Amino acid sequence: MDKNLLSQIVFYFFAVLTIGSAAVVVFARSLIRSAFALLFTFFGVAALYAYLGADFLAATQMVIYVGGILVLILFGIMLTHKLYDLKIKTASVQLIPAVIAVVAVFAVLAFFMLRTQWFQSGSMLSGPTTASIGNLLMQDFILPFEVASVLLLLALIGAAMIVRRRPE
Amino acid sequence: MESIAQLLQKIPKYDGLPEMLQALIPIIVSSIVIFALLALAVLFMVWLERKVSAHIQDRLGPMVVGGWHGWAQTIADALKLLLKEDIVPESVDRVLFKMAPFIVFLGAFAAFVVLPFGASSFVTDLNIGILYIVAVSSLSVIGIIMAGWASNNKYSLYGSMRAAAQVISYEIPAAVAIMTVVIYVGSLSMVEIVRAQEGGFLNWFLFRNPFLFLAFIVYFIASLAEVNRTPFDLPEAESELVAGYHTEYSGMRFAFFFLAEYANMFLVSSVAATLFLGGWTAPFSILQFIPGPVVFFVKALVLIFIQMWMRWSLPRLRVDQLMYINWKVLLPISFALILGAGWMAIL
Repeated sequence: MDKNLLSQIVFYFFAVLTIGSAAVVVFARSLIRSAFALLFTFFGVAALYAYLGADFLAATQMVIYVGGILVLILFGIMLTHKLYDLKIKTASVQLIPAVIAVVAVFAVLAFFMLRTQWFQSGSMLSGPTTASIGNLLMQDFILPFEVASVLLLLALIGAAMIVRRRPE
Repeated sequence: MESIAQLLQKIPKYDGLPEMLQALIPIIVSSIVIFALLALAVLFMVWLERKVSAHIQDRLGPMVVGGWHGWAQTIADALKLLLKEDIVPESVDRVLFKMAPFIVFLGAFAAFVVLPFGASSFVTDLNIGILYIVAVSSLSVIGIIMAGWASNNKYSLYGSMRAAAQVISYEIPAAVAIMTVVIYVGSLSMVEIVRAQEGGFLNWFLFRNPFLFLAFIVYFIASLAEVNRTPFDLPEAESELVAGYHTEYSGMRFAFFFLAEYANMFLVSSVAATLFLGGWTAPFSILQFIPGPVVFFVKALVLIFIQMWMRWSLPRLRVDQLMYINWKVLLPISFALILGAGWMAIL
């Protein structure tokens, strides 16, 4: 029972960290603070993956979101002239449409959250997930995997194309 | 961690403690052990760096404190740094400024958890060991950007941008070079990787085939850039940027950056020793009586010595040369290596 309590403490710690930092991302008045708060959100989500036994997913979350996307966002903010000390307005505009949209999205999410049969962590496979993920990607899901890699390659070539200096 | 837990079991009345404490105490004790080990290694490495640099330049280096060749010099320096006033400049972003050194250090410290120092001396053996190391080291990059931005100083900002650009670029060839080893082992676990190299130095991945030998060199060069060592020390190029991203830091917070830098040097050397030099396994069967951790530290120290040797022998690269080496030299080579190593593995 005590061990259970410990794992619950760990879970609630990371849940609060994730949601709290996500709130900072939304409400912070400076853009760069939002970006740095995103670090804790990504970290908390990775920790929750690890908590659920998805070790490979947790490490991938860190590599891609913290090591890649967040650095890209920070670079984008810092390299954009006079954007990083811009104060963002957090006034409320369009109150009624926003409330309607939020309630609708929340209703849809809540509906599916309550209806789905979730895996309980007790019934989950505990053990290495890397090998089975690799086998699935290379056998059953080879087509979506390759389509995704071609898409990424296209984006890469496209980006290089746009920034290339054309001969005058 | 298991061996620490077993040791703790021998303490009288340990079983009487609540289960929650019994689960927590081994975690806390092993963190303290790793931290102490890291601090000791860093103190030794700083002293070694000063001695190596001195002798390369035909000087003697620290000779006074502690008596024999100034061995206590870094202990005195560390104490001085810890006792200094904690200065926070007027116009910095206080929260981020104070947080940054700890995030940089966290990235280095967290990776030590999976390093296999010996056959049974490691904190934990994760299934995703080496991927975990790559993952947590990305925390340091964010910490460096945070330090550079929060300092509100142009040299800090330039330094941190250079550091981040350099680290995320050189991560790619380093990771691809790591993958060549993973192809042979078929596992990401650090302990499994060392087990696959048991039985003399000819079984080390370094000497298995030419592709792996080149992969080691690619990893070594890329890791030099990842820890911002010369010839890739542009982020803290003294002559242009004062001290790079830690220009505004002093006292204990500066000490944390320093600690993280040397811890990262030790980390990349240990990863290279684990992946390519057989980790804790002895090179010859007659040397097998030497305990695993000693062999491991000797291998890591040899690589660290080579890093220092290069620092005091080579000039610094230009930014464009840095990017040229990564994207046009190391990356194509590492892709060719992964193809070649995969082909050799199938044969």
